[in-house]
Amino acid sequence: MSAAKPTWQAGDELESRTLPPVTRLQLIKYAGASEDYNPIHTVDEAAAEAGLPGVIAHGMLTLATIGLLFSPYLEHGYVKELQARFSGMVYPGDELTVGGRATGAEETTEGCLYAFDVHAKKEEDTVASGTVNFLVFGD
Amino acid sequence: MPFERFVGERSEAISNVVEKGAVRKFAEAIGDPNPLYVDEAAAKQSRYGGLIAPPTFPRTFEYGEIEGMGPPGQGLIHGEHRIRYERPLFVGEEVLCYAEVKDYYEREGREGALGFLISERVGESSEGERIFTMLDTAILTPAMRESLGL
Repeated sequence: MSAAKPTWQAGDELESRTLPPVTRLQLIKYAGASEDYNPIHTVDEAAAEAGLPGVIAHGMLTLATIGLLFSPYLEHGYVKELQARFSGMVYPGDELTVGGRATGAEETTEGCLYAFDVHAKKEEDTVASGTVNFLVFGD
Repeated sequence: MPFERFVGERSEAISNVVEKGAVRKFAEAIGDPNPLYVDEAAAKQSRYGGLIAPPTFPRTFEYGEIEGMGPPGQGLIHGEHRIRYERPLFVGEEVLCYAEVKDYYEREGREGALGFLISERVGESSEGERIFTMLDTAILTPAMRESLGL
């Protein structure tokens, strides 16, 4: 599999990732996989009725994309806490970039708990931002 | 204040199973086919001893319905999400899930009053040990209020 056991210092940047443009098919797949069939994510008429210019991506899909930042380190630890506010709409065609920065570390009985600020942006607009605590096992 | 009367209401717990196929489909949909999510042989050799689920996977579970409301937040815009794990979530395990309405309030927005519905969702093992706690903020827009007939 992947990376060595990670350590971070406050201020360290996670390697940012730019994803392929969001597609309607992806939203349909995510709706099926998550069983979130709110039609504002897949049906134009429903989006219009809700006052939106078109279908929007699920906030939880954007958040899952932020989770990609930590996927390379799962052999050594796991996401203990994940929090984000959704501050902008994501539409089909939008290209998201996710990134994050370490803000601190704390020794716990389970291992070292690292704190991060994280975000998802489309160009310069932040569409989601929040924090992640990632636990790296002590042994 | 359409949802205020539901504050404090809790659903009956529902049994969910973290299914291998569901996790694989989910991992593919979010573009994260990590071997620890999808490759049983690789996961067996890891410290987890088996497959685990992605951190946002618990939103796929059923948490039961609040009487008169259904699943809290359904059909609304998702404003904020928080999840805290006590330990990783394993593929194959049973999770007992329930939801509780924590708060509802309104704020004046540019185009009318916005409603904010705060709900908590909890997942416990079959032994009653807590695995995760989620807190969600769902937003009710004026247009949605109209289309829901509120």
